[in-house]
Amino acid sequence: MNSATQSVSTGTHGARPGLGVTLGRLARRPEAGSLLGMVAVFLFFALSAGTIFVSPAGFASWLNVAAEIGIVALPIGILMIAGELDLSIGAVIPASSLTLAIISGYYGLPEPIGIAAALAFGLLVGAINGFLVLRTEVPSLIVTIGTMFAVMGLTLGLSVLLTGSTSTNIVPSPFYKALLGQFVGGMFQVTIFWWVGFIIVAAFLLHLSPFGNWVYALGGDKISARNAGIPTERLTITLFMMSGFCAAFVGVGQAMVYQSAQVVGGQSFIFNSIMCVVIGGVLLTGGFGSVAGIVLGTITFSIVNQGIYFTGFDPNLGSVIIGALLLLAVLMNDTFRKMALTYSTKKKS
Amino acid sequence: MAENTPVLELRDVNKSFGPIDVLHDISLKVHAGEVLCLLGDNGAGKSTLIKTLAGVHRPTSGTILMDGDEVSFDRPKDAQDRGISTVHQFGGTFPLMTIGRSFFVGVEPTKKFGPLKIFDRKTANETAVKAVQDFGITRIDDGDRLIGGLSGGERQSLAIARAVHFGARVLILDEPTAALGVKQASHVLRIVLEAKKRGLAVIFITHQVTHAMAVGDHFAVLIRGALAANFMRGEKSREEITDLMAGGEALADLDSIIEGYMETHEGHPPAPVA
Repeated sequence: MNSATQSVSTGTHGARPGLGVTLGRLARRPEAGSLLGMVAVFLFFALSAGTIFVSPAGFASWLNVAAEIGIVALPIGILMIAGELDLSIGAVIPASSLTLAIISGYYGLPEPIGIAAALAFGLLVGAINGFLVLRTEVPSLIVTIGTMFAVMGLTLGLSVLLTGSTSTNIVPSPFYKALLGQFVGGMFQVTIFWWVGFIIVAAFLLHLSPFGNWVYALGGDKISARNAGIPTERLTITLFMMSGFCAAFVGVGQAMVYQSAQVVGGQSFIFNSIMCVVIGGVLLTGGFGSVAGIVLGTITFSIVNQGIYFTGFDPNLGSVIIGALLLLAVLMNDTFRKMALTYSTKKKS
Repeated sequence: MAENTPVLELRDVNKSFGPIDVLHDISLKVHAGEVLCLLGDNGAGKSTLIKTLAGVHRPTSGTILMDGDEVSFDRPKDAQDRGISTVHQFGGTFPLMTIGRSFFVGVEPTKKFGPLKIFDRKTANETAVKAVQDFGITRIDDGDRLIGGLSGGERQSLAIARAVHFGARVLILDEPTAALGVKQASHVLRIVLEAKKRGLAVIFITHQVTHAMAVGDHFAVLIRGALAANFMRGEKSREEITDLMAGGEALADLDSIIEGYMETHEGHPPAPVA
């Protein structure tokens, strides 16, 4: 189909085919707006913050932030494309972090047990979320706020009960420290490489496998998707379990990096991940979005979040920029989505 | 004799929701290669009838037969598996999906990619575009376009082409032309005729008498959930049908006749006018 499309378009473009067609195709992609946003934000901070921002240390500062949010933003974005939200990740991250710290730090059991328990906990919360959303038909926003508070309370209660404290230290063995908590080159968290892995898996699932088509259909129209024979219930639970798993993974990574885990912390991930996803062009009501967009949105968010410290501006301005950026991104994404809807290969002659 | 066995037949189908009776003793037949036009005002029970046929509702009493065998549908999927396909007013229901992707929702074609199975976008797009072009809609030529970017007529045509591609034998079209302009509607009507030519049984729900006259072989008028008239092409003039449909004198008469009849016959409506 590609060749056919291009031959039609080149007819109207005449001598210069390549660039116009490529730009036209790009403008209709869900990530078009976030690509522009990322370039603009990067240039802004590169110019206003000077050379330190474009040095390896500058890149490391926002990449480290982006990797942690990014691993959560991917499944949150896919969930949002499917028409659901998950706020419970804000509680799952510290809870899984603490699970690992208590099992492998406080009780001194081997790391694989602690890691497996933490990840299993994330999967369990996800399964509960999915099950509750399906059975109660209450919007996932409400259900996951509920599970978020439940998990937060359980974390605090169990932590105090088991260890008598709200924070626990863990000294990971070198192998696991290298695998999950190392700084490559002294500044790049190994989490960045895990993020790349998660991106590849997410992109495969959403854009290449038939599973991805189900996600778009579920977010587009749940009833039609079910009538078309898609196992919507199993799909919904799977998606929630994915976000629970990824949140737990970030929690495990945090425990390994910081060598301690606290009951609080993680709440910032809730809104940050949603913002990354929305800046990345995912439609809040579902049915539209891409992995590339989510990644670009995450990078844009992280650049603003960290870049502000490299400039002479008051760091509090960073939040103002992020707020404005979010609004701008939604407006811009609406425009690009309209372009995608009105595009046709044949111009009316 | 096989020729004369209707693909789909309803015998004395009743449907009640709690105390409210919606359908009364509906008996209808539709044969392969025939277009049955189902006419009736809003609230006449058309939607309930369609949903009963599509497996959304189960009849309270009465039987549904396919090819002469009694069938019962527990869910819409059962009806679909038997080849009953419903196309709703707005056609494609996934406006933000591409033509190729939405065409194959739930039955995605895959190809090998190393050890993995991936969605075969090229095949999906080519099949979808070819299916709809075979129905004469040549303006759809790129499977990567979004459904939401198509015109209403194109969306209907695509939805019908999809149903036919996946082996529908009975096509239920729920007011496919209601929201369309004259030119768009004529595209859809051409596709209805094409589907009929391919031997499908088509149940066509509409308000517009010209559209019904253009494609219908067999007409049924629903009033208050009962079959008020049931006649073949040519048995009634355009004016008579218009009267029936447009709620003119004839409709008002029938309305009161049916009401009076049902009061004296334990709630059963009169036999349809032939």
